[in-house]
Amino acid sequence: TTDNQNHPPIFELKAELNSDKKEKKKEAVKKVIASMTVGKDVSALFPDVVNCMQTDNLELKKLVYLYLMNYAKSQPDMAIMAVNTFVKDCEDPNPLIRALAVRTMGCIRVDKITEYLCEPLRKCLKDEDPYVRKTAAVCVAKLHDINAQLVEDQGFLDTLKDLISDSNPMVVANAVAALSEIAESHPNSNLLDLNPQTINKLLTALNECTEWGQIFILDCLANYTPRDDRESQSICERVTPRLSHANSAVVLSAVKVLMKFMEMLPKDLDYYGTLLKKLAPPLVTLLSAEPELQYVALRNINLIVQRRPEILKHEMKVFFVKYNDPIYVKLEKLDIMIRLASQANIAQVLAELKEYATEVDVDFVRKAVRAIGRCAIKVEQSAERCVSTLLDLIQTKVNYVVQEAIVVIKDIFRKYPNKYESVIATLCENLDSLDEPEARAAMIWIVGEYAERIDNADELLESFLEGFHDESTQVQLQLLTAIVKLFLKKPTETQELVQQVLSLATQDSDNPDLRDRGYIYWRLLSTDPVAAKEVVLAEKPLISEETDLIEPTLLEELICHIGTLASVYHKPPSAFVEGSRGVQHKRIPGNLGSGESVESPDNGSAAGVTEAPPAVIPSQGDLLGDLLNLDLTPPTTTGPPPISSGMQMGAMDLLGGGLDSLVGLRHNTERSFRSPSPPDYSPTEVGPGGHMGAGFGAPPAVMPASFNAPVSVGLDDLFDLGGGVGMPMGAFNPPKTVWLPAMKAKGLEISGTFVRRAGVIQMEMNLTNKAMSVMTDFAIQFNRNSFGLASAGPLQILTPLSPNQSIEAALPLSTVGPVMKMEPLNNLQVAVKNNIDVFYFSCQYPISMLFVEDGKMERQVFLATWKDIPNDNESQFQIKDCHLNSDAASNKLQSSNIFTIAKRTVEGQDMLYQSMKLTNGIWVLAELRVQAGNPNYTTILKSKQRITSLIIIHTVSERPFCTNWNLICYIL
Amino acid sequence: MIHSLFLVNASGDIFLEKHWKSVVSRSVCDYFFEAQERATEPENVPPVIPTPHHYLISVLRHRIYFVAVIQSEVPPLFVIEFLHRVVDTFQDYFGVCTEAAIKDNVVVVYELLEEMLDNGFPLATESNILKELIKPPTILRTMVNTITGSTNVGEQLPTGQLSVVPWRRTGVKYTNNEAYFDVVEEIDAIIDKSGSTITAEIQGVIDACVKLTGMPDLTLSFMNPRLLDDVSFHPCVRFKRWEAERILSFIPPDGNFRLLSYHVSSQNLVAIPVYVKHNISFREGSSQGRFDLTLGPKQTMGKAVEAVLVSSQLPRGVLNANLNASQGTYTFDPVTKMLTWDVGKINPQKLPSLKGTMSLQAGASKPDENPTINIQFKTQQMAISGLKVNRLDMYGEKYKPFKGIKYMTKAGKFQVRT
Repeated sequence: TTDNQNHPPIFELKAELNSDKKEKKKEAVKKVIASMTVGKDVSALFPDVVNCMQTDNLELKKLVYLYLMNYAKSQPDMAIMAVNTFVKDCEDPNPLIRALAVRTMGCIRVDKITEYLCEPLRKCLKDEDPYVRKTAAVCVAKLHDINAQLVEDQGFLDTLKDLISDSNPMVVANAVAALSEIAESHPNSNLLDLNPQTINKLLTALNECTEWGQIFILDCLANYTPRDDRESQSICERVTPRLSHANSAVVLSAVKVLMKFMEMLPKDLDYYGTLLKKLAPPLVTLLSAEPELQYVALRNINLIVQRRPEILKHEMKVFFVKYNDPIYVKLEKLDIMIRLASQANIAQVLAELKEYATEVDVDFVRKAVRAIGRCAIKVEQSAERCVSTLLDLIQTKVNYVVQEAIVVIKDIFRKYPNKYESVIATLCENLDSLDEPEARAAMIWIVGEYAERIDNADELLESFLEGFHDESTQVQLQLLTAIVKLFLKKPTETQELVQQVLSLATQDSDNPDLRDRGYIYWRLLSTDPVAAKEVVLAEKPLISEETDLIEPTLLEELICHIGTLASVYHKPPSAFVEGSRGVQHKRIPGNLGSGESVESPDNGSAAGVTEAPPAVIPSQGDLLGDLLNLDLTPPTTTGPPPISSGMQMGAMDLLGGGLDSLVGLRHNTERSFRSPSPPDYSPTEVGPGGHMGAGFGAPPAVMPASFNAPVSVGLDDLFDLGGGVGMPMGAFNPPKTVWLPAMKAKGLEISGTFVRRAGVIQMEMNLTNKAMSVMTDFAIQFNRNSFGLASAGPLQILTPLSPNQSIEAALPLSTVGPVMKMEPLNNLQVAVKNNIDVFYFSCQYPISMLFVEDGKMERQVFLATWKDIPNDNESQFQIKDCHLNSDAASNKLQSSNIFTIAKRTVEGQDMLYQSMKLTNGIWVLAELRVQAGNPNYTTILKSKQRITSLIIIHTVSERPFCTNWNLICYIL
Repeated sequence: MIHSLFLVNASGDIFLEKHWKSVVSRSVCDYFFEAQERATEPENVPPVIPTPHHYLISVLRHRIYFVAVIQSEVPPLFVIEFLHRVVDTFQDYFGVCTEAAIKDNVVVVYELLEEMLDNGFPLATESNILKELIKPPTILRTMVNTITGSTNVGEQLPTGQLSVVPWRRTGVKYTNNEAYFDVVEEIDAIIDKSGSTITAEIQGVIDACVKLTGMPDLTLSFMNPRLLDDVSFHPCVRFKRWEAERILSFIPPDGNFRLLSYHVSSQNLVAIPVYVKHNISFREGSSQGRFDLTLGPKQTMGKAVEAVLVSSQLPRGVLNANLNASQGTYTFDPVTKMLTWDVGKINPQKLPSLKGTMSLQAGASKPDENPTINIQFKTQQMAISGLKVNRLDMYGEKYKPFKGIKYMTKAGKFQVRT
């Protein structure tokens, strides 16, 4: 019944709203609002509530406004009824009412009302009362959100810019806030055109406006690039007082400005040192605030200590964990403790970490144990103490502590080889308690690596071998490698073991990675044990000090975004696609130590494509050249499965190195090395001649069963091609280039290319794991792009990618995804996810991928169209150094779906008329002129649609973007 | 900017929603509920949660989650600070910030939220200004309103809104003019097993209650201002004057406000007012554990340590505790394993102690973790950092105000490891 009192039924409210008594009316509106607040639908009362709007009672008016804002969208026609009152209220003598009216109108997201809003808004922007002006400034942002074009047409943006020079600081702050919000959707609009004069005005307003205004102004200042170090210093001086503000958001925004601008100051300047000192206390203070604030502060401090460790180097203690800190604070503090760990404070840090390792929360304990390992790797002097601490922890026998400790001890071995191996015995005692793959793999690695010092290494490894097929891939791979290492170190006693593991890995496993690795070892061992020793037991590079540092360019960018979501997630702002429609990359300004203008990932990969050297042009009959150039999978295959690296390796090996290896093998047999011989694959039986047969006659018996199908088909196909002249050759496939360098993606390197096969566009990629840990859970996604490319299926990487392993993946693409014009047109922004993080890169696909198979135009249509297209849409360029005759060129182009419609010859010059059709239905017509004896061709391209002319203009006029049409040159 | 706000109670129900831009469906909170389910403790819900189209930024206060929804890149601290301001305002208006109080005053809540944010931009967040715009509900006013038909909403533009002193309204009048300042310091410390201090720092605040007529201009000076090297000021404090002379000069807001907060860092020597002697141990193979705790005063400058409360989360294996307190009372909750001992005042002549045994599950192995002891206490008339106010002067007005300064020290996060 209480509920009924608070939220009476609709009909009752309706009656009360229409009451004559003012007081009853107001109470009724209050009840309506109360119902609305808790999510009840009271939109049916719209006309009745709007009737109450014309009142002198300010509270009633406000309540009705509240209601209107909520429901106007669902009742647009009714909302029009309110317009007159709004317009009238905008003229009211009371500034409070004027402001309220313009503010509310902006919140009613109904187009028809928006039209009526313009005039009152224009007046209010110039109102004599600053309270009204500052409200109107925000209203421009609201209106822009509803109808951006209208705001531009009405010139509100200029008025807003003028308000930056307003005499009232609150108005300035709101104008800045509104402009910043609008600028987010207009990255290139130069809305906040900052110059020394405006900066001065902002700095003045900064001292006088509200705390929230200060945040907006500081964030805006952070976008400015000072002209020189003097200006930089003077801005810093005027911003530093903000560090003492009670509002933590003001403090952090001030830190951002200072962190960015201090980069411009000479390091030997006294002021630079002063500034560094001033930054520490406010950061420390943030950590005594509420846990939610602490969390955001800690995420930012994590960035700051990576960029300028000196600021907080004496403040280690404030990061010590209190036992009742929320877990998210604990984990962040731990991370920073390790970053600040140094020889000076390591003893304290270790004592703390050891304390944490006995806490209750499993996640936290694990991270603490890991942290001890990281300390050992970071501070060499502490390594011994860390190892003994870890041993103490292993003695506790707490299962997850032991496993975590073993994982980190492995890393310590890799950092300080031949130093702490005495502990191996202790580790081996705990072999049985390890049930997590990572710990098992680490232990196996240790046994394999130090097999010569462990008397019963073979027994230990053999014990793992029993349940080989139940192990995770990570463990299987590690076990395979470890046993091979063992074999190379103690060959006499372990032959059986190595055969066992090789056959388990190659014959009984469905995992291509494992099989590949197995075959590689097998081959290596059977070919040249000395080489095998050199390869398998090669000296490993030491692991680097800190493995989880943020990559420097990203760090620089994040420093410019301190205090934002990007800084919390440690991801570039562009990753927040929804919010930042095309945020520009922010960079720390000028004279930096690392100022070699590191290319942004976008440009980097684009350049990679264009600069790739043209592929070798195969002269006919030169089989080898052709083989190198062509794909091994048959072009007719539809939706091929991902090609595992093993197939390619195997095939290439057969063609090339295999021969030598087989010849060499005969000599090797004298070295009393019994090569492992699985039943269906006995290399010793195959002589050089047999090998040739294997390659081209394709007798599958001598090939590992799993290789049979794809390779032999592929080779047959090649054979055909080598013999037949004038056969349709494979479409042009640009060579793979590195799209995502490993250093930008925590060790994941992706190189790739695009191919079009049987009407399907495919993205072929090589993923290489150059990191220390296994990668899993791959997924891929594209940003919207000019031709709506989207993945037609998931990224098929079924097995984890072990360190130093690489895998090929082919991703079929569709062209039905969302479309957005990109710059350049063929730019594709890609996000790849794995278990570690999400990475972004962009690459450019050859436009020829988009030429569809039915791009052959009817002759008549072609003629008519050719004439129709105005000269404006035409462009001409040269293809240099092409030695094919016109027929060969025509054939070659046809394989890329550029079809020759007609040919005529005028004075020894062949003119080919060609058509192609893009996936989005746009036709492009071309004329190709080939003069016998002249290696330079001329091409004229035409299209009805402007958009393709655009491509052409781009591709011709700007060198970096020549890719697309130069492709034609490549194809030829 | 801030798009919407949802208030969620401990049982995961949304009991209030407010949208400042378009309406965001409640279902967005499902992501929050997921995080809430995953969290082992209510306070472990991460403060920033990404969803496909929004970000949820939340704070937990008074067992209510204030969940803000944002759509674009907005500084998270800005959102969190704003949410704190909302909580403070509710508390200021309704005395308490509880689900019941919010539900009872839902219309005022709605009016306040509307006034605090416009299109996601903060509008009026100063308590002084809000109170001029929307009058806090009181029993008296509700009665008067009902009789006279007058309203909760101010008709005038708040005077402070645009002046150079936006935090103070004009025309303030009092018959008794008074200005009181409370210097309150909290010690955060971690003490290790052996009793030595691992880290200790002081968070101090000066809270003021100023009820002065007109436009008073105050200056406050300290005996030892050098202690204050890390301070955060209320916007009213003139920063330049502080930089130059180490004097606080300000036109105060009317009523209660925090003049400044400061931090005395771990690098300074921090006095520790209490010590703990403890022996909490378990033996392998025994189903009993020993518990022995004694408290004593340490560096208190002769002041009494009062309102002492000891709490400790005992290991999970502990079934019960059979203890004897020399003073005060203790409780042990066998479900949460929380031991609390309400000690009261420490008498230096007869130190309080809590001794006895803990019973473990029969046959269970000895617990691995060592419980941490949390201590709360208070000491009146002393700021542990040694901070002392020298004098308070008033300019700009003729009358003579009553002035008062109080000092207090209490424990913040004061933890002793065993």
